[in-house]
Amino acid sequence: MGKTISDEMIEHVSILAQLELSDEEKEQAKADMGRMLDYIDQLNELDTAGVEPMAHVFPVENVFREDVAAGAGACREEILANAPKSRDGAFQVPKTVDIG
Amino acid sequence: MGLMDLTAAELGKKIRAGEVSAVEAAEEALARAEVKEGQIHAYISLNPDYALKRAKQVQKQIADGTLSGPLAGVPVAVKDNICTRGIPTTCASRMLEGFVPPYSARAVENLEKAGAVIIGKTNMDEFAMGSTTETSAFGVTRNPWNLEHVPGGSSGGSCAAVAAREVSFALASDTGGSIRQPSAFCGVTGLKPTYGTVSRYGLVAYGSSLDQIGPVAKDVTDCAAVLEAIASWDPADSTSVKRDSYDFTGALKDDAKGLRIGIPRDYFGAGLNPEVKEAVLRVAWVLEEKGAAAEEFDLSLVQYAIPAYYVIACAEASSNLARFDGVKYGYRAAEYAGLHSMYKKTRSEGFGPEVKRRIMLGSFVLSSGYYDAYYRKALQARTLIRQAFDSAFARFDVILAPAAPSAAPRLGESLDDPVRMYLGDIYTISANLAGLPAITVPCGMDSAGLPIGAQLIGDCFEEKKILRAAYAFEQAAEYAGRSPAAGKPAGEKTAAAPEAGKGGAQG
Repeated sequence: MGKTISDEMIEHVSILAQLELSDEEKEQAKADMGRMLDYIDQLNELDTAGVEPMAHVFPVENVFREDVAAGAGACREEILANAPKSRDGAFQVPKTVDIG
Repeated sequence: MGLMDLTAAELGKKIRAGEVSAVEAAEEALARAEVKEGQIHAYISLNPDYALKRAKQVQKQIADGTLSGPLAGVPVAVKDNICTRGIPTTCASRMLEGFVPPYSARAVENLEKAGAVIIGKTNMDEFAMGSTTETSAFGVTRNPWNLEHVPGGSSGGSCAAVAAREVSFALASDTGGSIRQPSAFCGVTGLKPTYGTVSRYGLVAYGSSLDQIGPVAKDVTDCAAVLEAIASWDPADSTSVKRDSYDFTGALKDDAKGLRIGIPRDYFGAGLNPEVKEAVLRVAWVLEEKGAAAEEFDLSLVQYAIPAYYVIACAEASSNLARFDGVKYGYRAAEYAGLHSMYKKTRSEGFGPEVKRRIMLGSFVLSSGYYDAYYRKALQARTLIRQAFDSAFARFDVILAPAAPSAAPRLGESLDDPVRMYLGDIYTISANLAGLPAITVPCGMDSAGLPIGAQLIGDCFEEKKILRAAYAFEQAAEYAGRSPAAGKPAGEKTAAAPEAGKGGAQG
């Protein structure tokens, strides 16, 4: 039997994931995640004490540059053409701040 | 034989010699697509106007001597997760339906500088998440060798387009095998370069520490030539690598003398289809005849690659795909109550089931209280896996492996059980975890007439060794030119064409 994923857990993860799941999707997600995590638990067989985690294949460091616009070449119209909604040369979103 | 039966190198030569124009080549690719797309559906979008306009410009530049490279005037298909300025780029997702990038990926810029002509954008699993191209929001792609079978994934469209002779070559991306596995299923040649060799600028990110763009082509020579064109150090991708040499075609020598080939026993045990096993091992015998020394060894840790990979890939995906919120581009839900509701509804309606599944898992393994147990553990496993490869490459130049446990499965067989589908990636994902270059070459057919591919894996920055091994094998491969109907060599220099011998329409 697989790992049990609680309703609370699915609720919490869907908040983190910014997803609104239907009841059916929640049940599916519980089953899928349980099976996946069971499978992933194999990793516990590995002794990783003192092993450096590898987030990246090669050493990476911050790459700094002067804070000047470079490259892009795209104009505002071209970028805004992709916006689901725009107005006055800006992206339009639902009201988020009420300044009274 | 039609123009799309030629390799990119052969077609490029004809174009430079003035025997064929870039416009004729583009027209031929479009005509082939017209004939084949009803069956195959390799493309999400075709761009005849853009292609013909570009072909005319390129032809002019070839005539005046500005363009003289091997890919000048050669038609290319580009996977739909690689941005093309002015041409829709959807990632096969409703989320990006209608998105027109305001810039091109660096690899695309590089290709266009080399004079390649983009014909269209190819189908894929949604956001490259899948192994069959069945998770595309825009319909499945069919395997040109047998329409009842999948082309593999996630770059199923790119591989099917090349296999069906709809185009000369294609660009694709590989996060866990997405170039190499569908190349095997479609009987074409596909290369994943060393991490950082091709800039990821303009590649819609899935797993940023794993993603690489690479070529899908009709033979090894084309793969090397395309890699030379697209590879570049790029300030716009701070993980791209400045390489000492960008010469890859120099490796194309019909000689395997001195090459040490490692055959990991752990890759040829249970779970591998016997026909695939035999065909892949035959590659070692062929290379031995050409002077290589092959030896079996234990790679170790193989069974941990899949769990480590899915933790890391899903974690990176959950972070990368957080940008799809319905504000700046792509889909936005029609109805919502406030900003947060807009985010949630947009994402829930815009993403398909496999994408949501991976975002959920990724969000979980990164969440407070589970990060160390899952994400950090997977990164440590990754270190150990990389060390296992380091030991292997101290003894060998090239590792020989299958590209998939079997030939292409039938449509509809794979999606029900995610864990089972993920198991199919066992031979390809390690190269992504360790950053290694790897190439798939066709190495035979199974009894059902479906292609089998062999994978040659090299150490980081050792593309030339795997290209040399792949090229030497290709020159000796008696199945090259074989078609499923004829079942015997067609005697052509070019690689196998699915419908040649069936008397299929050749333009």
